[in-house]
Amino acid sequence: MAHVARQSGLPASRTPLKKRIADGAAPYLYSAPALILIVTVMLVPLVLGVSYAFRDIQLLNPFSGAYIGLDHFRALAEDQAFYRALRNTLWWTGASVFFQFVFGLILALLLDKPFYGRGLAQALVFLPWAVPSFLAGLNWAWLFNPVVGPLPHWFYALGLMSEPNNILSNPQLAMWGPIIANVWWGIPFFAITLLAALQAIPRDLYEAASIDGAGPVQRFLSITLPFLAPTIAITILLRTVWISNFADLIIVMTNGGPADRTQIVASYIFTQAFKRLDFGYASAIALVLLALLLAYSMLIVILRQWLLSKD
Amino acid sequence: MRAKPHLLTIAHRLAILAYIAFALFPLYWLLKVAVTPNDLLYSEGIRMWPSRASLEHFDFVLRHSAFPVFFKNSLIVSGSTAVIVTVLASLSGYALSRFNFRGKYWLVALMLLTQMFPLVMLVAPIFKILSPLGLTNSLTGLVIVYTAFNVPFATFLMQSFFDGIPKDLEEAAMIDGATQFVAFRQIILPLTLPGIAATLGFVFTAAWSELLFSLMLISGNDQATFPVGLLSFVSKFSVDFGQMMAAGVLALIPACLFFLLIQRYLVQGLTAGAVKG
Repeated sequence: MAHVARQSGLPASRTPLKKRIADGAAPYLYSAPALILIVTVMLVPLVLGVSYAFRDIQLLNPFSGAYIGLDHFRALAEDQAFYRALRNTLWWTGASVFFQFVFGLILALLLDKPFYGRGLAQALVFLPWAVPSFLAGLNWAWLFNPVVGPLPHWFYALGLMSEPNNILSNPQLAMWGPIIANVWWGIPFFAITLLAALQAIPRDLYEAASIDGAGPVQRFLSITLPFLAPTIAITILLRTVWISNFADLIIVMTNGGPADRTQIVASYIFTQAFKRLDFGYASAIALVLLALLLAYSMLIVILRQWLLSKD
Repeated sequence: MRAKPHLLTIAHRLAILAYIAFALFPLYWLLKVAVTPNDLLYSEGIRMWPSRASLEHFDFVLRHSAFPVFFKNSLIVSGSTAVIVTVLASLSGYALSRFNFRGKYWLVALMLLTQMFPLVMLVAPIFKILSPLGLTNSLTGLVIVYTAFNVPFATFLMQSFFDGIPKDLEEAAMIDGATQFVAFRQIILPLTLPGIAATLGFVFTAAWSELLFSLMLISGNDQATFPVGLLSFVSKFSVDFGQMMAAGVLALIPACLFFLLIQRYLVQGLTAGAVKG
């Protein structure tokens, strides 16, 4: 009896095993095409790029390619242009994120309450986000150009400038050009994200608070801000990383000039690779940038842990 | 007592109007210079609208320049990228939404990683890899690169759309004898159509805007996408402002169309992994 039972049990359990394998493989089959593409087009070049940082790779020099150890990093340590790019990156990122956030928050608060024509107003103010970044850059470069743009003439009329010049060719002011373009382009991002968070706040909280006699400022400080805080923190942290890597506007508007005054690290890497075709040196700078960004991310994680443990 | 809320309302509307003016002014100026005839461009400098408008710059750009080719190339690249990414991301997004598997954590971690590191790092190595394969200066090469860059975010986006569809639907179909893939294709995908359209829109816009890799990978005029063509035009003929801005207006059209398409899904798209901005 036992023998028979085992025999008849065998084929019965084989099918579920086969099916189990097929079921187990299913999620991998669904995600395989995406995974293979990401690994071959992003991960492999990333590893290769790290190896370039220790090799002499110049596109136009067929004899290059040798392993040179830390030479690129030694050169980098004495590269004044790199240090200037680091300082510019801080300035560019800090100012862009600050103004995008402040104006984005105000816009989100303005759009939070329903009013006649809100849908249309929302579509219009969010439109800059859809403008391709190269076009946003060119568009603002033209606005700053005294030949076709109105801005220098307005600044002159307001007494901000002694004559209608292009601020993009003024070393002291040039960085403001890409920053203004970036603020224009990035306000919608902050506004959209913060508006979504605002509308998730339960409405009855506000009603209860006003019944208890809380004024608008008090309601904002004790209801709105605490509810928005996590979204604000995450959005600012992610945007900081993203904007510090965002070189499109600078490359289009000033190409790092005049006299490297608008060169940020990301545009410096691109210039080394694209103009000088020095892939080795470009990869070395990229590796340093990656290390800095990792350090920044670690700092955030530690900060978050510390804040959580304090509560 | 009555006057105060009234004043607040007026201030609110004025603030909204100021934002709208700030958002639209650059685009308005682009259009204004594009329709200003050359002889008025310098004499009427900063007037808000030229005394005589004409479409001569558009006419020139469409008939005597390479911009129609750039436009076509960009359409091919962005369109193919959008379609391929959406297919791949539907599959992987479905895997993330419906299965619990051992590699899931690593898959998500890998996709998040690709959203965090600076893509400019990859400019040199990707050029080195694609060059011997004959994929530099080729639209196919661009499509491959853009597809890989956009798949992670599109996967999260599609996952969020699949998460919104109840699991019972395909379970019922599978009890009736359909395999899970058939249930996915015939029941779940049709229900996700709005999400698929949004994903197509997001990826199209991202590919249409990409600048650095197309500058690096494309060198000739035949294969140039719109950003490459426009920038080389700007550096070569930097005095033909009217024509440059007419070309700029053309580049804006598809972006605006897709913006209208994805407007309802902006929040979902931005939280799925910060597309292009």
